[in-house]
Amino acid sequence: MKAFTYQRADSTAHAAAAAVKPGAKIIAGGTNLLDLMKLQVETPSELVDINRLPLDKIEETPEGGLRIGALVRNSDLAADPRVRQRYGVLSRALLAGASAQLRNKATTGGNLLQRTRCYYFYDITKPCNKRDPGSGCAALAGFNRIHAVLGASDHCIATHPSDMAVAMRALDAKVETINALNETRTIPIADFHRLPGTTPQIETTLKPGEIVTAVTLPPPIPGVHIYRKVRDRASYAFALVSVAAVVETSGTRIRSARLAFGGLAHKPWRAPQAEEKLAGASASANTFNAAANAVLDGARGFGGNDFKIPLTRRTLHAVLAEATRT
Amino acid sequence: MDENDPNTIEISRRAVIETGTTALLLTALPRAALAAGPFDDNEPPPPPATATLQVNGRSHVLTLDPRTTLLDALREHLALTGSKKGCDHGQCGACTVLIEGRRINSCLTLAVMHDGESVTTIEGLAEGENLHPLQSAFVEHDGFQCGYCTSGQICSAAGMLAESRLGMPSYVTEDLTHPIAELTDAEIRERMSGNICRCAAYPNIVAAIRQAAGKSA
Repeated sequence: MKAFTYQRADSTAHAAAAAVKPGAKIIAGGTNLLDLMKLQVETPSELVDINRLPLDKIEETPEGGLRIGALVRNSDLAADPRVRQRYGVLSRALLAGASAQLRNKATTGGNLLQRTRCYYFYDITKPCNKRDPGSGCAALAGFNRIHAVLGASDHCIATHPSDMAVAMRALDAKVETINALNETRTIPIADFHRLPGTTPQIETTLKPGEIVTAVTLPPPIPGVHIYRKVRDRASYAFALVSVAAVVETSGTRIRSARLAFGGLAHKPWRAPQAEEKLAGASASANTFNAAANAVLDGARGFGGNDFKIPLTRRTLHAVLAEATRT
Repeated sequence: MDENDPNTIEISRRAVIETGTTALLLTALPRAALAAGPFDDNEPPPPPATATLQVNGRSHVLTLDPRTTLLDALREHLALTGSKKGCDHGQCGACTVLIEGRRINSCLTLAVMHDGESVTTIEGLAEGENLHPLQSAFVEHDGFQCGYCTSGQICSAAGMLAESRLGMPSYVTEDLTHPIAELTDAEIRERMSGNICRCAAYPNIVAAIRQAAGKSA
């Protein structure tokens, strides 16, 4: 681990002012950042600890939604009775991620900002455009079993590892931020994470020194909430493919569906064309196939991850069959 | 008891570790070997930071390199070597301790981040000579082979039982809107998935936790 100075922030403004300095990093749960610092993938010169800031509340919004403080721990968010009753897909997604020990530490803001688990990003002896811009992508012709099949570029085929963010994408969450000038901003989660393009090192639309203060959920939407995660072992593994779905049915007909996918892209992947195919359609294998075709439009494998394309199709079928079971 | 007396044969392992290891390491190893430790660089060390930790009911004021993980603070500075370093990356659970009663991986957090907080390690679970119910159950059910993961398993199980008593759900909880009716084996396995046992003593670990859960319910 490289040397750094440590300070504890006593206000969000102080934290944002400290974080704007080059080399400074915010630390909250630290479960991803410290892991990366031990490997010298991350080498901050200054750590700004925000754990004592009052950003750990879950509050009702006047619109009927929830405002989740950036420091709410993953385990507390998953267990909150309001989340369990109104946003089951979010609770399920959180419980599908990591281990209980990690969920007790990991925060809402940190979960959104966690880095990819691409093997080559973690290995500082290998080229990686995300870690070392311009050095190349070792995953393109390397071991790429866990990599992206949608929205990737010739510069980076890494995936975003979060489960929580996939559910939040299905729920149309919004990310609240503050900067050193005390200016606040609200970013729809669809616009929060970026696709890699030619600058995979820039993963979000946050500006330097801008810090996440909360995530808001709009009022709950009716329907069956499902989070289905396919992975190499039954627990404590990252998704190969995951589906967050909120599906409202009327008899055998689908009234509306929201679908977001994990494990497929550099950001939680929403599939509006697939949702359009499902809205008003009768629940059938043909309908599910049409939706899967829409999700996978433009999908491209890189050898090791080719299996994700049929796996996504089958996982979506299983989720939609479960959601429309009468 | 004098550790330096060659006639003394009843030297406890703890006493050797407390008094011997640090001095031995610092004097006997070449600088290159030290550099291969957690602070792997040739820069001057950062200014030290202080933290007060309440460990197993006792207050300790520590002056540390801020890079020191909680696990290293416990093991190397307080000689509490019950918490084990397995992977040092939060993947194995051998370092599990309780902070304010909640289980975490002590390898993935800095000691200075826990200034003023209470830490419970495996050394703090028993009451005097009376083992914690989980410790007795692990002995009774033979919940280990090599034992390296055991302190993490037991601390994790203590945190897990507290979570389930609070009604916190898990990935295998069928109905999120109702509190769990009982801690089934499936629930125990899912909730303990952050603790790896390379000897694969899992059936006996589950049996031990099931017994302790029944006693504490």
